[in-house]
Amino acid sequence: MIQLEEVKAELEKSLGVQTELSGSGLLVPKSRLLDVFKFLKENAKYQMDYISNLCAVDYLKQSQIEIVYHLYSMRNKTGPIGIKVRTDRQDCIVPSATPLFRGAEFQEREAFDLYGVKFEGHTDLRRILMWDGFEGFPMRKDYVHEDEDRYVEHP
Amino acid sequence: MGLASGSPTVDQGLKSELEKEGVVLTTLEQLYNWGRRSSIWPLQFGLACCAIEMIATACARYDIARFGAELFRPSPRQADLMIVAGTVTKKMTPQVVRLYNQMAEPKYVITMGACSIAGGPFKEGYNVLQGIDRFIPVDVHIPGCPPRPEALLDGLMKLQKKIDGQSIESAEWYQQGQKREFPIPAFGPKGLEPPYNPEVWKPREYEQKKQTEAEARKIHGTIHDPKQSAVSQ
Ligand code: SF4
Repeated sequence: MIQLEEVKAELEKSLGVQTELSGSGLLVPKSRLLDVFKFLKENAKYQMDYISNLCAVDYLKQSQIEIVYHLYSMRNKTGPIGIKVRTDRQDCIVPSATPLFRGAEFQEREAFDLYGVKFEGHTDLRRILMWDGFEGFPMRKDYVHEDEDRYVEHP
Repeated sequence: MGLASGSPTVDQGLKSELEKEGVVLTTLEQLYNWGRRSSIWPLQFGLACCAIEMIATACARYDIARFGAELFRPSPRQADLMIVAGTVTKKMTPQVVRLYNQMAEPKYVITMGACSIAGGPFKEGYNVLQGIDRFIPVDVHIPGCPPRPEALLDGLMKLQKKIDGQSIESAEWYQQGQKREFPIPAFGPKGLEPPYNPEVWKPREYEQKKQTEAEARKIHGTIHDPKQSAVSQ
């Protein structure tokens, strides 16, 4: 089992990145996200070579969107390490993890499709579940879907 | 022998007396409908969890073959019945309507489960169509989430009853020049366009308005209706 406190101290020592414990993950500043990924992937001790999950969370009240990454190490058979990053809801740009982890490609497209997160450095950022020409990001909490403005009877 | 079942020339009592002696009298129509209802071939497709129950219905325990509906056809050209078994997403709707259009007349639709009736548990979602009856006419609705195989069989029997009651003379698909083709919706910026086919489905709001108009006409008698005056001219 990987101790998050340990990872936090390690990141601070080697990269000088101030992280924050948040739930069962580490909240990383957006500007240093790729450095942290690179470190965790290439460091001999961690060897986090596999991204199992990437998802977005909409915090409407704080006007922020959080991206959660789960990293595993196939080689060491350890994990996960939860990494979180927060970004503004309006100007929703996050560096893409795809160059480091190929497995992030479709998951980033999904987060883009449903939450409107723009991943900088992603080579093929298109909608993946909704059709092209769809407007808006349906999983955002303030999305108004088409039937809401039409008459629907509620018991 | 009369063609329509509505004009029997043989007394019912005499008929059953003859049946006791091993003589069966029938009309052409009854025979024809018996043949049709005993070989309803469904289209083979399932959209979500309800399809599993449909598969169970086709297996040995429930044995849909008892009703002659065991041949699930992989092509809409060979199918009589579309069992919409499962959630119809907005993305899937055009394909379902297209499949229905490609089926040969006479054709029937059973909606199986809450999803295909009205959106089911996903009713308030951005991605799920709130009932396939917005785009194609439905003969039998089977509620449930999912309906048990018995319920599907019951729906099938209801459909057989409906077929029994149809008359060759007045059936829609035998009328000359009759072509039933339903428009396939397109993807729009918010959902499907149009959101429903007004020929087969109307929102309740519209129904209410129509009703109040009809009542007003009854009271005043002389509300100008451009459609009616056009017909009478
Ligand atoms: S009605 Fe229930 S069982 Fe059937 S497709 Fe919908 S969710 Fe699944």
